[in-house]
Amino acid sequence: MESTNACARASAGIPNLIMIEMLRALGAWVILFVNRLGRAGVFLWVIVVSAAARLRRFGLVVQQLFAVGVLTLLIILVAGLFVGMVLGLQGYYTLVDFGAESSLGLAVALMLTRELGPVLSALLFAGRAGSALTAEIGLMKATEQLAAMEMMAVDPISHVVAPRFVAGVIALPLLAAMFTAIGVLGGYIVGVGQLGVDSGVYWSAMQEGVDFYDDILNGVIKSVVFGIVVTWIAVFEGYDAEPTSRGVSRATTRTVVTASLAVLGLDFLLTALMFGEV
Amino acid sequence: MQGKIIEIWVGVFVLAGLLALAMLAFKVGNLANGGSGDSFRVIAHFDNIGGLNIKAPVTMAGVRVGRVSAINVDRERYNAVVEIDIEAQYDNLPKDTIASILTAGLLGSQYIGLEPGGDEKFLAEGDQISFTQSAIVLEHLIGQLLFGKASGDN
Repeated sequence: MESTNACARASAGIPNLIMIEMLRALGAWVILFVNRLGRAGVFLWVIVVSAAARLRRFGLVVQQLFAVGVLTLLIILVAGLFVGMVLGLQGYYTLVDFGAESSLGLAVALMLTRELGPVLSALLFAGRAGSALTAEIGLMKATEQLAAMEMMAVDPISHVVAPRFVAGVIALPLLAAMFTAIGVLGGYIVGVGQLGVDSGVYWSAMQEGVDFYDDILNGVIKSVVFGIVVTWIAVFEGYDAEPTSRGVSRATTRTVVTASLAVLGLDFLLTALMFGEV
Repeated sequence: MQGKIIEIWVGVFVLAGLLALAMLAFKVGNLANGGSGDSFRVIAHFDNIGGLNIKAPVTMAGVRVGRVSAINVDRERYNAVVEIDIEAQYDNLPKDTIASILTAGLLGSQYIGLEPGGDEKFLAEGDQISFTQSAIVLEHLIGQLLFGKASGDN
């Protein structure tokens, strides 16, 4: 009698134990997440403070601008051209049903300036430059270069992290502007060159409908925000990486995943804020 | 030498980015033709605005001179109050200018057409356009046509 009771109690206890174990896992995950978020926040503050000092000696920033800006240029230009051409094709096939192919230029330009320019260049930037930043800083940490700098009383944040952060924040808005500009040209090539939309109508419909402040400047603000967030995530993941080869590879993956999701989520928020009342 | 080449490339990169931004501003956007620069705001009451939207163009003789900036309902007169931003260079519109809501094309979007009057005073910031003509609502038009036809038959 006694043993069957114990048996019943034990079998009722197993689901309970699993529940508690799941709760514990959830709690541990949340604590880890908040912990990392807090460290990342403090890290951002430290970078911004030392970046302000870094602006006076610009040499290291120029080197990093080459690494994150110039080397990302090709992928941005090629992607922008193809995105613009696809927008031209799809926009034309949709608009021609309504006899509104004269609005093609406006449709292409609005989509690029408001959304696709900032967002797609931020995603490409996270993949091309962000991952490289994380791997580089993570490897510096794994090979104890950062510790060596500290030993020599050289602040690694001000010499390694801050120049990369500043360069990323400067580079992404410029890249996004180039993406948008070449995308508009791509739409022109397909729409005017191939499908026979009138060239003057393409540009004039665009100028009539695209507002400098509402559309173009808001797009630039978006890409500045994305530049801060993507570069911040990239340098933090690198600096916070576990100093092993496996840790660096995981940090690089995390950079691309987290930065991409952050860009897409922030884009929704920014769009709701900027274009909600128009 | 290596450092020089890097600096040259960065210079090219920054210049190309700024040029792209300039192209966006002047070729794609409306900064070249004044943008949303200086303007003064007048209001006009309409009985019915039809399908007029915020940012719809305001034209005079077919040329755009401003934009609709806000549309509200007058809580006392139960009609529509339309706020119009007119570009500052058109500061010589007579006070008795007529504003009518017109349609671009058969199914096109609606805009406000201004018809200058003969007053010697000019519209300024905060003024009201007193002579207005509402949008033509298709259903009302068909209704009038049908009733007119029916009464004619009798």
